[in-house]
Amino acid sequence: MNERQGFKFIAIFLNMAWFASFVLIPGLMVVGISFMTRDTGTFFSPPLTLTQYRELLDPVYAKVLGTSLIYSLNTTLLCLCVSYPFAWILSQASKHRRPLLLMMVIIPFWTSSLIRTYALVILMKANGIINTLLLAPGIISEPVSLLYTDFAVYVGLVYSLLPFMILPLYAVMEKMDLRLLEAARDLGASEYQVFVHVVLPLSLPGVLAGCIMVFLPAMGLFYIPDLLGGAKTMLMGNFIKNQFLTAMNWPFGSAASVFLLMLMGLMIIIYFTFSRRFNRHQTL
Amino acid sequence: MTRWLKISWVSAVFTFLYGPLLVLMVFSFNQARYTTSWQGFSLKWYMRLLDNPQLLDAFFNSLTVALISSMVATALGTLGAFAVSRYRFAGRKLFFGLVYSVMMSPDIVMGISLLMLFVLAGLTPGFLTLLIAHVTFCLPFVIVLVHARISGFDPAVVDAARDLGARDHEVFFKIIVPMILPAVLAGWLLSFTLSLDDVIISFFVTGPGFEILPLKIYSMVKLGVTPEVNALCTVLFLLTLAAVSAAHVLTKEIKK
Repeated sequence: MNERQGFKFIAIFLNMAWFASFVLIPGLMVVGISFMTRDTGTFFSPPLTLTQYRELLDPVYAKVLGTSLIYSLNTTLLCLCVSYPFAWILSQASKHRRPLLLMMVIIPFWTSSLIRTYALVILMKANGIINTLLLAPGIISEPVSLLYTDFAVYVGLVYSLLPFMILPLYAVMEKMDLRLLEAARDLGASEYQVFVHVVLPLSLPGVLAGCIMVFLPAMGLFYIPDLLGGAKTMLMGNFIKNQFLTAMNWPFGSAASVFLLMLMGLMIIIYFTFSRRFNRHQTL
Repeated sequence: MTRWLKISWVSAVFTFLYGPLLVLMVFSFNQARYTTSWQGFSLKWYMRLLDNPQLLDAFFNSLTVALISSMVATALGTLGAFAVSRYRFAGRKLFFGLVYSVMMSPDIVMGISLLMLFVLAGLTPGFLTLLIAHVTFCLPFVIVLVHARISGFDPAVVDAARDLGARDHEVFFKIIVPMILPAVLAGWLLSFTLSLDDVIISFFVTGPGFEILPLKIYSMVKLGVTPEVNALCTVLFLLTLAAVSAAHVLTKEIKK
């Protein structure tokens, strides 16, 4: 092996080895173990079955799955409704204001979601800020319990994931060719028509990317219902966590994780199919 | 949309994003134990943090893991980004597939898959397992950031260096690294932030022998709100803020 080959080999080998050992193999293990049977001694044992998957469809667990999907779906829609106009306004702001506004979105994007969730706890607890503010002028006569409700869980999820929706939307909108909008207006389109026939289709890749970045994490953020929702509400994240740490049922927890991976695969397929079609459309 | 509506929409979203954090930070300086009323400025909760050896331990553990894992991920990722942009090799597609699947896959799945791997490999959860996990989730960010930077400049530079007799490792260390340094530093800072803030993956791969700050905060918050936690969260937030701002300045440098 000459020197050139040597450097190339090391650079590629190190990375591939890392991904193979800590991504590929553990990933395959999750899939493999999901087809096994629970065993209290060794965590799982060989007889290959579909029991875990059949169990997941049992009404008790299917309900958890359904609830989590509904939470994710609603969170995604809420984020989209708030973010779409916001990202549009940001992308149309004057050039010297834009960097600062963008930075203000990027900071929460990187800030620990746990810290931000905790900040919500302070606001919403019975003797917290919101209640104090409402009690003082007599808007309410008794503290309302905001914490440990579905409402609190939604606020927590939207609060944590909002920047993940804004940034992909903004990225697409900033690059949008505004001459297309002008052309549509010149040809007599109303503002509504410009939006539906020009702005919306052009921003769809961003909408899709944002939805993926919100929908999937929303299934797993177990500490949000833990801290804001009491024990009533359950996301897939809480469920998987319990299977591994409390119930010690690796195969069942793995099967639930495979479900999340399949959901991820599905979304990636949708995204790529769509963006390929979109690109073909644009070059025409 | 009218101007007035635009301004109020933007202000409402920013108030939502920053209001709770601002309240948290303000009350970390409050004299009173309870976060209902303001009773005067005080640094006593920060002082109290310094008297808590458990918290300080967790803080230093977090910093150690974040520093080492971000450096390993940056070194490995820069090398990887260089390799995929410079060479054609059989597993190139698989490589990118793995990079993107790590970025996309839900944290919880990564957490439990690594947990099972470590248990079956007989590794005790603690410093080493945490380090491996953190390098794994930081690596793709560095690769994507640095790869974007490498593909952004003229390949003729590398060809010229080669024609003048530079060998591959010389091209890498003398040409590529200096040119992509801002991107590398940004990748390092963002990895540091990711590592410092991670809750879900760390939750599964660390043990009681090695506590880190986010998990310590998690268990403290479950017991209730205290001004010490406010102070702790403020410190962590300011650290993130500093790292992200620095990374932002560096990536701006790239665009110039």
